[in-house]
Amino acid sequence: MGQNFQLVVVSAGTSDPSSTRLLADRVAGRVTTLAGKKAQTVGTSVVELRELASEIANALVSNHIGPKLQKAIATLQRADAIVASTPVYKAGASGLFTSFFQILDNDLLIAKPVVLAATAGTARHALVVDDQMRGLFAYLRTVVVPTSLFASTEDWQDNGLNKRIDRAALELVALMTSGFEKSVRDESWGSYQHEYGSAGGTELSIDLDSDLMKLAAGGSAGQKSAG
Amino acid sequence: MQFGIFSVSDITRDPVSGETPSEAERIDAIVQIAEKAEEVGLDVFAIGEHHNPPFFSSSPTTLLSHIAAKTKKLTVSTATTLITTNDPVRIAEEYAMLQHLAKGRMDLMLGRGNTAPVYPWFGADIRQSLPLALENYNLLHRLWREDVVDWEGKFRTPLQGFTSTPRPLDDLPPFVWHGSIRTPEIAEQAAYYGDGFFANNIFWPKEHYMRLIKFYRQRYAHYGHGTEKQAIVGLGGQAYIAKRSQDALNEFRPYFNEAPVYGHGPRMEDFMEQTPLSVGSPQEVIDKTLTFREHFGDYQRQMFLMDHAGLPLKTVLNQLDLLGEEVVPVLRKEIEARQDPETAKPPTHAKRLKDKYGDGPARQPKPNANRGDNVTGGSPYQDSE
Repeated sequence: MGQNFQLVVVSAGTSDPSSTRLLADRVAGRVTTLAGKKAQTVGTSVVELRELASEIANALVSNHIGPKLQKAIATLQRADAIVASTPVYKAGASGLFTSFFQILDNDLLIAKPVVLAATAGTARHALVVDDQMRGLFAYLRTVVVPTSLFASTEDWQDNGLNKRIDRAALELVALMTSGFEKSVRDESWGSYQHEYGSAGGTELSIDLDSDLMKLAAGGSAGQKSAG
Repeated sequence: MQFGIFSVSDITRDPVSGETPSEAERIDAIVQIAEKAEEVGLDVFAIGEHHNPPFFSSSPTTLLSHIAAKTKKLTVSTATTLITTNDPVRIAEEYAMLQHLAKGRMDLMLGRGNTAPVYPWFGADIRQSLPLALENYNLLHRLWREDVVDWEGKFRTPLQGFTSTPRPLDDLPPFVWHGSIRTPEIAEQAAYYGDGFFANNIFWPKEHYMRLIKFYRQRYAHYGHGTEKQAIVGLGGQAYIAKRSQDALNEFRPYFNEAPVYGHGPRMEDFMEQTPLSVGSPQEVIDKTLTFREHFGDYQRQMFLMDHAGLPLKTVLNQLDLLGEEVVPVLRKEIEARQDPETAKPPTHAKRLKDKYGDGPARQPKPNANRGDNVTGGSPYQDSE
């Protein structure tokens, strides 16, 4: 019997429809088809960052997570795979895109498979995905598929883009259906850094035997080193 | 239940008049605010501790002893006393002295402080903030309970035969609240010692506080101090009150929009909806405050932030009139009617004196004569061997 997977598309495109969202949707469509061939079903939800822009700005300056942002975080927390797509501005990913990922808890996306995608008006921005975006997603401990997607104006009329979309989608399906995220989280979750209430409010384990907990209960932090 | 106000001690430009008060003006104002708190029937006044501009309150015990001298019933407290960058020996001495001068009308709340540059000014390192806070409090707890302390730890020079003077009033250590937003170790320490736990309840969605307060209550019961319902919880909150809610919104909006912490960020209406901030008529503030006990359980102390973000003194005094005359009396009545009978009484000196001594006399330590060696030795007081 097939499994049901949750795919989340995060798009920082600004027009409606945007080529950034279009690129992400093409990936999502291929993921659904390829998973279907393995008798798996995929449900897709979309986080349009344009609609969260003011809450993202508020969160950056005041630590206050608004209700739409909370909903987006909960969606990502449940994601089995992510397609993250942004326009390129001034030789970098959109500030809206990077700001959104910067306010997430460090442990929210651990071991989740991700396709990274970017759109631009010129092919000269082609390395933004590999040079800049991968670092951010490495920090978040996601697993980014080998094929990065980039579409400038001319790519939209080139069948090469479809081939790369196919490849990226296949890689994502392979990671998503392999149980990689589940293995890592089940067997190694405790070896990553967490804060109480992190991972979108779900990380609530308390180790009562830690050194700090013993210190809290009247224990000792050790002795001052000599000299 | 106790009601009071807590001040951050910020000196902020008034965004309406454009004026920034001088340190002298703001310090005069805070004394008037504290006196007003007593006049309108509030129970507690608490002040923060900061060591950098634009804050004035670097020396809370000096301010609080002055306020205690000018008032009759008001309990003075802190929000918070820095347990990281202060030497616990000095906290023990200064707050015991305050306790004597205030005749027991005091307690204190401990916090860590989150401004990294402040730590090295006092020889500390913010990366060690949590173990430092925990170890310092373990020592502070002993200094107020043992006449003579031998101690060795990781962060402070060891103590040999040290007596913290004066001994606490009636040999009853000041009551301590531990403030934290999301640190289970702090909640654990509060529970271990049977101290109070305070959630500032201002910035984050309430779920963060609910989880930690629940953990504190469970651990309080685990350590045998009482039931979960008997744990001692305090909450912060903030309000701006006017007879008509539209006036409250209009008057407070410029201060909200430029407030040091959350200004230039969320819309005030969104912030009101998503946090404990109440801006409105007395009835609206009452209704919102009454929901707190539904989320956190019955609690002992409700504090309001009323004097921040550049609000002028005249406005703050007027706010306190409304809070003390129209909001708090109704809250007292409503909460008393709804409160679980198992709920602990607030930790006043009189209540704790009775808990410790019943109707008997309190210990009044009298020191032995100085032996000329300037150390206390093994038995510094006449009633101990």
